[in-house]
Amino acid sequence: MTTAEKSTQTEKKFNPLTAPEPDLWRDPDARPFVVFDGITKKFDDFTAVDNISLNIYKRELFCLLGGSGSGKSTLLRMLAGFEQPTSGRILIDGVDMAGIPPWNRPVNMMFQSYALFPHLNVEKNVGFGLRREGMAEEDVKRRVAEILDMVQMGHLAKRRPHQLSGGQRQRVALARSLVKRPKLLLLDEPLGALDKKLREETQFELMNIQEELGVTFIVVTHDQEEAMTLSTRIGVMNHGEIVQVGEPHDIYEYPNSRFVAQFIGSVNLLEGQVVEDEPDFVSIESAEAGGILHVNHGISCAPNQTVHVALRPEKILISREKPQQAENCLQGVIEEIAYMGSLSVFRVRLPGGKEIRVTQPNYARDMGARFTWQDQVYLYWEIDSSVVLSV
Amino acid sequence: MSQLPGYAWIARIFAQKNITFERVRGVNWGRKAVISIPFFWLGVFFFIPFLVVFKISLSESDIAIPPYTALLDWDASDAYATLKLYLGNFTYLLEDTFYLDAYLSSIKIAAVSTVITLIIGFPMAYLIARSESRKRMFLLAMVILPFWTSFLLRVYAWMALLKKNGVVNEVMMSLGMIDEPIRMLQTDFAVYIGIVYTYLPFMILPLYSVLEKLDVTLLEAAEDLGCRPIQTFFMVTVPLALPGIIAGCLLVFIPVVGEYVIPALLGGSDTLMIGRVLWDEFSLNRNWPMASAVAIVMLVVLVLPIMLVRNRVGNKEA
Repeated sequence: MTTAEKSTQTEKKFNPLTAPEPDLWRDPDARPFVVFDGITKKFDDFTAVDNISLNIYKRELFCLLGGSGSGKSTLLRMLAGFEQPTSGRILIDGVDMAGIPPWNRPVNMMFQSYALFPHLNVEKNVGFGLRREGMAEEDVKRRVAEILDMVQMGHLAKRRPHQLSGGQRQRVALARSLVKRPKLLLLDEPLGALDKKLREETQFELMNIQEELGVTFIVVTHDQEEAMTLSTRIGVMNHGEIVQVGEPHDIYEYPNSRFVAQFIGSVNLLEGQVVEDEPDFVSIESAEAGGILHVNHGISCAPNQTVHVALRPEKILISREKPQQAENCLQGVIEEIAYMGSLSVFRVRLPGGKEIRVTQPNYARDMGARFTWQDQVYLYWEIDSSVVLSV
Repeated sequence: MSQLPGYAWIARIFAQKNITFERVRGVNWGRKAVISIPFFWLGVFFFIPFLVVFKISLSESDIAIPPYTALLDWDASDAYATLKLYLGNFTYLLEDTFYLDAYLSSIKIAAVSTVITLIIGFPMAYLIARSESRKRMFLLAMVILPFWTSFLLRVYAWMALLKKNGVVNEVMMSLGMIDEPIRMLQTDFAVYIGIVYTYLPFMILPLYSVLEKLDVTLLEAAEDLGCRPIQTFFMVTVPLALPGIIAGCLLVFIPVVGEYVIPALLGGSDTLMIGRVLWDEFSLNRNWPMASAVAIVMLVVLVLPIMLVRNRVGNKEA
């Protein structure tokens, strides 16, 4: 690549008028921007990251989602250069990162604790990286002022970190990690320390910034809601492995395992045995549910294998009268009702003893009064609403 | 506070600076009692003796018991009391360059040894603060361990090590590194060794306490923003360790300026330090007023810069 080409590319990257590129991760020929190639990280006997291979593409906002100890932060720290992988390769923009120290990587990180320098004010914190590069003082001033305006912190430039609120610190940390215009921005639990309302505001702000600057974001979080709203794709991690990678919609609607189904959102799992297995149709006899369940996709499994049907609470409809022509219909008794304003949550006991969670939007005022405790009800759902999970 | 006049003036200063020890409402007597004990101690054993020394410094040397003239003359016949303040001791301090040289030499020796202890102490403190907690306790114990033996004994041990046929010379001769013993004892070199050795823990402990609290993610953040380790050290570690550096330097510098034992035992006749001058003035010349004047000036020389440093640090914090 010639220098001229390189510079036009850089300019393009930061031009807010450039239309977002098509979703590169759907294109099998696209060149990945970040490559994890068989990455393993061991601390003494403990395997924090276990043979992960993963491609992340330019302009993605990729979320690594997992519980504590799932290895997501270790993966991020290896990308930043604070940890060295025990085996495997990491490529950023085609360059092998082995042996490249943190200060020479085209990467900036926003730390979970924000890690603002307590002895420097906001302006000096944000300008820290630029001044280390030896950039001229007036350019530093201009760049810092620009980025502080973007995160709406320009009026507090002279404050010290301890004089700021949590939300303000978070903005400064974000500004500091963006000001060097890294190719890749790493965010470790970026919204973890904020209250719910600030979180929601900042989530959308992050997405705006990401679209405006065209930087590739990798976000580590344990909060599935955060991951769902922010990301282009999610990688769900468990015990140092990536168990599923996909767009938020895919992860939610088509989880590939009970772990993913339960980790993201709430789900009803009904155990049963396969009785009929066609390429586009499965029937499962479930003693728990007290009936036969039908799902419109095939699975590859042995006959009579025990599987689970995953069914989201909001996909179940509830009524007093037996519905006409429902492929999946179960009878039950309402055990508990929780009125939550916009929706109501029912716990319905099936004849097999299993309790099922059903949520209903309160689309009419008297919805809450239509059902009461110990009512006999029918639960029914579409044939394409559930997923069969063999693991 | 009226019943404790000994430190009423201190209380007045606190009142002027708006420092109060009262909480919520009423006077917290328990709190006052706790604070008054050290103040009382300092008042009786530091402030009053200091006033006595100051008084002596304003009198003339005399062959009498005590060996100085009285400030207050009481003439019973005509009921006149005359107060005579003799300033000759202080003017003589300026006239005879010997004293000025002694002050300067003391400050130089103290400054150089403070820098040396800082250079040796910082990496040690850093390493201790960064080691795992069980090892850290052991290393800290090693730093404090010398305090378990008498200071004087340890200085004598250095004499045994450094003397002409001492351990160091013997070992170097037997290894063939030198042909004849080097004169180390009774040189400035020995004084520096003694001072650095003795005062190193006073540097390490305050440094350790700030470095131990240093957030490692700040160092990672600096590296992430493009700092090499050496830059990270000067841009982040040192500024954040500054309170410890200042505390350590004061803890070493102040006592070393007035140090008497180490230069007396390890130094030669040409090692000029104000502590020794003071002692000679007091015991050999039996000139108590002169010795007192030397002590008063030393206190002023030390207190002024410390107040300046404290004010600067205080302003920065605010």
